[in-house]
Amino acid sequence: MSLPVKPLEQAIEVETLHMTMRFGAFTALDDVSIRITPGSFHALLGENGAGKSTLVKCMMGFYRATSGEMLVDRREALVPDPRAAHALGLGMVYQHFTLVPSLTAAENLVVSRDDAPRVIDWRRERAALAEFMARMPFSVPLDQPVRALSAGEKQKLEILKQLYLGRRFLILDEPTSVLTPDEADEVLGHVKALCEAGEITVMMITHKFREVTAYADAVSVLRWGKLVGSALVSDLSHADMARIMMGEAELPDPAPRTGMPGDAVLSLKGARASDRSGLKQIVIDALEVRAGEVVGVAGISGNGQMELMEVLTGQRPLGAGSIEVKGAPYGASREEARVKCVRYLPEEPLHNACAPRMSVTENINFRSFDLNGSGRRFWLSGREMRTRAAELVAGFKVRAASLDAPMASLSGGNVQRAVLARELTGEVDLLVISNPCFGLDFTAVAEIRARIMAARNGGAAVLLMSEDLDEIMELADRVLVMSEGRIAYEKPIADAQIAEIGHHMGGYSA
Amino acid sequence: MAVVDHSPVPGPRGLASPEGWLAALARRSEAVLIPLGALIAGLAVFGLFLMSQGKSPAEFYGLVYKAGFGTAFSWQNTLSRTAPLLFAALCVALPARLGLVVIGGEGAIVMGGVACGALAGALSGWPPALALPLMAAAGALVGGVWIGAVGWLRHVRGVNETIASLLMAYIAIALMNHLVEGPFRDPASLNKPSTAPLPEALRVGNIPGWDVHWGLIFGMLACLLAWILIERTTWGFAARIAGGNARAAQVQGLPVGRLIIGFTALGGALAGLAGVFEVTAVHGSANASLAAGYGYTGILVAFLARHNPLVIIPVAILLAGFEASSGLVQRRMDLPDATTLVLQGIVFVAILMSETLYGRLRLFAPERWRST
Repeated sequence: MSLPVKPLEQAIEVETLHMTMRFGAFTALDDVSIRITPGSFHALLGENGAGKSTLVKCMMGFYRATSGEMLVDRREALVPDPRAAHALGLGMVYQHFTLVPSLTAAENLVVSRDDAPRVIDWRRERAALAEFMARMPFSVPLDQPVRALSAGEKQKLEILKQLYLGRRFLILDEPTSVLTPDEADEVLGHVKALCEAGEITVMMITHKFREVTAYADAVSVLRWGKLVGSALVSDLSHADMARIMMGEAELPDPAPRTGMPGDAVLSLKGARASDRSGLKQIVIDALEVRAGEVVGVAGISGNGQMELMEVLTGQRPLGAGSIEVKGAPYGASREEARVKCVRYLPEEPLHNACAPRMSVTENINFRSFDLNGSGRRFWLSGREMRTRAAELVAGFKVRAASLDAPMASLSGGNVQRAVLARELTGEVDLLVISNPCFGLDFTAVAEIRARIMAARNGGAAVLLMSEDLDEIMELADRVLVMSEGRIAYEKPIADAQIAEIGHHMGGYSA
Repeated sequence: MAVVDHSPVPGPRGLASPEGWLAALARRSEAVLIPLGALIAGLAVFGLFLMSQGKSPAEFYGLVYKAGFGTAFSWQNTLSRTAPLLFAALCVALPARLGLVVIGGEGAIVMGGVACGALAGALSGWPPALALPLMAAAGALVGGVWIGAVGWLRHVRGVNETIASLLMAYIAIALMNHLVEGPFRDPASLNKPSTAPLPEALRVGNIPGWDVHWGLIFGMLACLLAWILIERTTWGFAARIAGGNARAAQVQGLPVGRLIIGFTALGGALAGLAGVFEVTAVHGSANASLAAGYGYTGILVAFLARHNPLVIIPVAILLAGFEASSGLVQRRMDLPDATTLVLQGIVFVAILMSETLYGRLRLFAPERWRST
């Protein structure tokens, strides 16, 4: 029996020629030709919906391109299914982990092989793995269950898995979105070294210009399904990349910051709650958000932000401590939220703030359907709901085929616009937000951040939880880091340093 | 504010011009055509089943029509069986709007009937205008508590409402057997243990000119009121939000727990009324005949009606017709009693399978027409 691992060979070259993909009348990918030379680290940029994932899915055999072809090492390659792509040496690392958490790293590697035998001779496999690891520039603990590994180690293991499977061309789909900046640098540094050694070729989908500049050699930009630019990274500045991605449109300047913070609106004291697993505690000793101030909470997901949001929305009971809004205890009932003008923008609004199968009109009226002026109503007013929905949809430029269309039929940006329209209308004194721009494109992001800033400038206290550090640096007046369920760091934005924040996000307090 | 956009924003069509009637029709027809298609597919598969038994589907459906809907007499037979189905289906449909699958309406029917039958003994001699509402209230109360407890368990302890309600139906039947054979037994009932027969004054009679009791009218009224509650009131809207996404409802501060307990209790109360009418209008006393399976057929009715209380009315009549015809079918075609159950089972499986089609067919989603 041959060794499970092919010996490290040369990196391969991959080229797409006039790749086109149509879904009905919609052209998702339009005549895209990209050549990725052996051993290069190629970045693929583009807004959401620009066709990046369509291109990658065509290359990996998940879709069959309508026309065009792919060359691997200058030979025509047919990829009717992912298995064929794997056989050619093409592999993909996804944004989210595809490892089995309860198995060890070694088990994950062996079971991922197509030719894994029915009965596995572990002694032999272990020896082969040890030999494989010895040839790799980085390693991970092989005998621990994967769930005990940190996010950075998991992502390294994902990459090792591809190498172990003999893949010579790796597509990385936003590989650092769940990593701290330090972890991201480590992982990408290793990938870069493998490319320079001529062992693999990499194409990385990313939104982070910093990573493109630091690691990639060349960059291709897609917009509306077309290839709008390909260049060497050394020839481009961040502003150039943004311009190519955005086309003629200009990025608006970040909204100006006006006014000074006022009195405390939200304050948490000695708050304790159990986390999702029920094993750990969320501990917020003191958190205060003042009027006219954005407090940004940075952190890797899963460090208690979700639980904090649930505590503030009344979905998770407090074990101890208190929440006060405008100086009085707050229990997050509908009545209290209304009287104190508290509004929430949970992350993934379609799943946390909307009923996907209900209509746009109905969703927009979730906050006000039972109001009649300042009083309450028992009978619904269909006419009032329609009028309100029509006004807000127009005012917030929500693109919807019809007000009767189900909310789920809207694009991500339009769902977020509709939810913003619902929550930011009327008087807002406290706004609690979680990852408002996750998965949205540039224009939607700029617009939504401008709305948040406008709320702040209008005197609202804003608590912004975000995994996107750039977002926090842009919007926040004060930045906090949440790590292991606690607030690990707090600084006014003027004194905050990205590197320091990154260390605290990773749980070091150096 | 300098907001950039790639293209001019087309005003949503809902604003400038009302959505085309064709689009509106397409949107609404999804909830009608899919269940109808599933029903027809189920009947066709049952036809194959009959053929495998060497029987003629045409003869079967012909007999069903004749015995269920062919004559004034068969219509009356069908309609008398409709009333409990209406109530039982509401017991499924109301919680379903909150996203709960309650399948134990049978338990509330049985308990409501027993409460009514037991109370009737104590009220004999009272004026019917006072006694009947009291008996109905008792049945509704017991049924409401029975299914409301399922909602309470769901909300407070996270107990699966489907399993809890089903198991509680078995408890209810066992409890009924205990009560009618023990404490509430009429010593005169020998072969079939029952509560004391209701005095004639406390019986609910027929609709004038028909051989159909008043339960039908009250059941239809209940459907109408349930529809108004769900579609036209803020409580119903809140319930629909909670059913569409409980998390979003909580973030909006809606009292999800109270809605769950309230809607399950209301559904149980209506199922309890089904028991009340069975006792006061059909059997004349509470006994094991209460567990006739209306609670389970009601599940099928509610699912076929997509939990729309108004649609429950025609669907309940249709299925009552099938039940009414089972005797004739048995005699004429020499088919066993369980044949009707096979039919209901096949239709139910077809309905459940059709659930996967919602939101998938472009025909019913006008916003996707243009991207064809």
